[in-house]
Amino acid sequence: MNLIELKDICKTYHLGEVDVPVLKGISLAVGAGELVALMGVSGSGKTTLMNILGCLDHPSSGKYWLDGEEISGLTADGRALVRSQKIGFVFQSFNLLPRTSALDNVIMPLTYATEDISDREARQRATDLLKRVGLGDRLHHDPAQLSGGQQQRVAIARSLINRPKLLFADEPTGNLDSQTSKEVLQMFQQLNRDEGITIILVTHDSGVARHAKRVVRISDGLIDASTSVLETIAAGGPIGGAS
Amino acid sequence: MKKWYRTIRTALHALRRNVMRSILTTLGIIIGVAAVIAMMEIGRGSSNAIQSTISSMGANNLLIMPGTAASGGVSFGAGSVMTMTPEDCDAILQNCVSIRAGAPVVRVRTQVVYGHKNWVPISIYGTTPRFLEVRDWSILAEGEAFTDRDVRNGSKVCLLGQTLVRELFQGESPIGKEIRVKNVAFKVVGVLARKGANMMGQDQDDILLAPWTTIKYRVSGSSATTVNQSASSADSSAQSVNSLNNLYPGAQVSLYPAPSATQAADTPLPVRFANVDQIMVAARSSESISAAILQITGLLRERHRIHVGEPDDFTVRDMTEMTKALSSTTVLMTNLLLCVAMISLVVGGVGIMNIMLVSVTERTREIGLRMAVGARGRDILRQFLVEAVILCLAGGAFGILLGRLTSYLVSTLLHWPTALSITAIIAAVAVSASVGIIFGFYPAWKASRLDPIEALRYE
Repeated sequence: MNLIELKDICKTYHLGEVDVPVLKGISLAVGAGELVALMGVSGSGKTTLMNILGCLDHPSSGKYWLDGEEISGLTADGRALVRSQKIGFVFQSFNLLPRTSALDNVIMPLTYATEDISDREARQRATDLLKRVGLGDRLHHDPAQLSGGQQQRVAIARSLINRPKLLFADEPTGNLDSQTSKEVLQMFQQLNRDEGITIILVTHDSGVARHAKRVVRISDGLIDASTSVLETIAAGGPIGGAS
Repeated sequence: MKKWYRTIRTALHALRRNVMRSILTTLGIIIGVAAVIAMMEIGRGSSNAIQSTISSMGANNLLIMPGTAASGGVSFGAGSVMTMTPEDCDAILQNCVSIRAGAPVVRVRTQVVYGHKNWVPISIYGTTPRFLEVRDWSILAEGEAFTDRDVRNGSKVCLLGQTLVRELFQGESPIGKEIRVKNVAFKVVGVLARKGANMMGQDQDDILLAPWTTIKYRVSGSSATTVNQSASSADSSAQSVNSLNNLYPGAQVSLYPAPSATQAADTPLPVRFANVDQIMVAARSSESISAAILQITGLLRERHRIHVGEPDDFTVRDMTEMTKALSSTTVLMTNLLLCVAMISLVVGGVGIMNIMLVSVTERTREIGLRMAVGARGRDILRQFLVEAVILCLAGGAFGILLGRLTSYLVSTLLHWPTALSITAIIAAVAVSASVGIIFGFYPAWKASRLDPIEALRYE
């Protein structure tokens, strides 16, 4: 069964009296355990699509099934619940809480979780995750005391705390140098391989997309082609994610 | 429950992330609450001082007079029946909870002699030591008050008012001296403090206080003012002051030969009971006066066996004018303080709202992130609201300490009267919490309405 299924998703923004269609009927299916790169130039609509996929926004028309559940009709609170239970986010600019330890940053989403987790369990889970991303010795460091790569790894640990089925990474390497980019991307691959977490990488960089098993290209609000990773390599993108 | 605990912890954490700003924010509330507490305590102290001043003038005093005797259509005026007893006074003290103190009073008006000086004081009161309590007169200028034992024994001791001391002694200390009241020698045991004129301009220091038993049985014979004419006719000559000749030929002629001392001792007058001229009591406070009147009326009707529907054989008088002045002072003070309190707390609240709005704007990305990881609008609302309330409560707590400290300093350094006001503390905490909720709501609501996508992109 497909984890994500989109059918004729349209999104139109109303700017004053002008209607700006951003997504013009996207149909897409992503199976559980896939590692998909969502590619497109600025203004192609990839961010809008990610917002809809990540349940941050609702489509103007069309249907969206996530894990067998119809999402497009949910209220804002309903979408918040879905985000809390099934989705993790990694952002380009890390978005860690300042002056807050790595551990507390990772625990934060549990505040809004529906499942009842004791404090001790929460700390244990966060510690395990931080160890897994290689920050077992940085539990009590503030974001300001961590390097960019370390911060992004904290963000990854945070996105995993709710044990999501689906992970969105919006330009995860946009603020990192090539070496750390590579490490972060390898971590995504590893998570996908070992945990079976479905990951969607949103990027405009084909070097990043190279790490995905499948590339979905968006241009002008429509899906261009869904290609395999081999084709991407064949296209000859630069290796690494420096941008 | 756990959710609230987590919210509070998150809020505390958020506040700790910006300690300086949190402190500055609460400063408004701290100063507001401190001002309220200090003002309330100083104000209450002043109010108490004013009230005790007014009540020392007798505002809380009640005067219980016997009723009117009438004979053949002739009424003898207020206080002319002899129904009031010292036991009534004891019963009132025992049974009426709204009464602070009370004393029976026997009045005579006669000449007081010391050496070659003489004087007729306005009041010669036979009473008990508690009279001083009733009139807030317990602190004597000299010597000490007579005691209950003196009252039981009918001891010939007295207290003098300042005017009487001046007229009789002229600078000499009167303590231990003997004065004569209608040829009865009284030993002066104390001198009352100066009280000045009362509201009617009557000199309150022109007074002699002695045990009521002494005045009643040794001086007056029968009571001076409650004598109705039929009773007084018999011994009118004995009552008159220093009567060497008959000044008023119109006075009734004695129908019977005057009994000799031996005859009088052999045939004592039948004593019905010892009546007093009036009972003076003090209510606990100006608010309890009406309750006190009800209690006294009920008790005395019962004691005097007055049936339902029959008129009272006594009247209870209160100092309505002074009581009104007293309560209007209190109301004025309370309203004044309330105004000050409200203004400072509103100012503090606006400060909180201001900072919370800034905080919401500054933390837009954080709000976006929290929403992205699953926070609903109401979670955000609750978090910011809790932050505001915590700020206000912390401000309230520090404000109480600061306010107490201020009023303590004011009372020790400036010697202003202050009084601890629990009401003020409770009100301050309640108001600071509600200020937090009211002024924290708008920013919190604004935060909860943010669009997560916009918020995450906010720079």
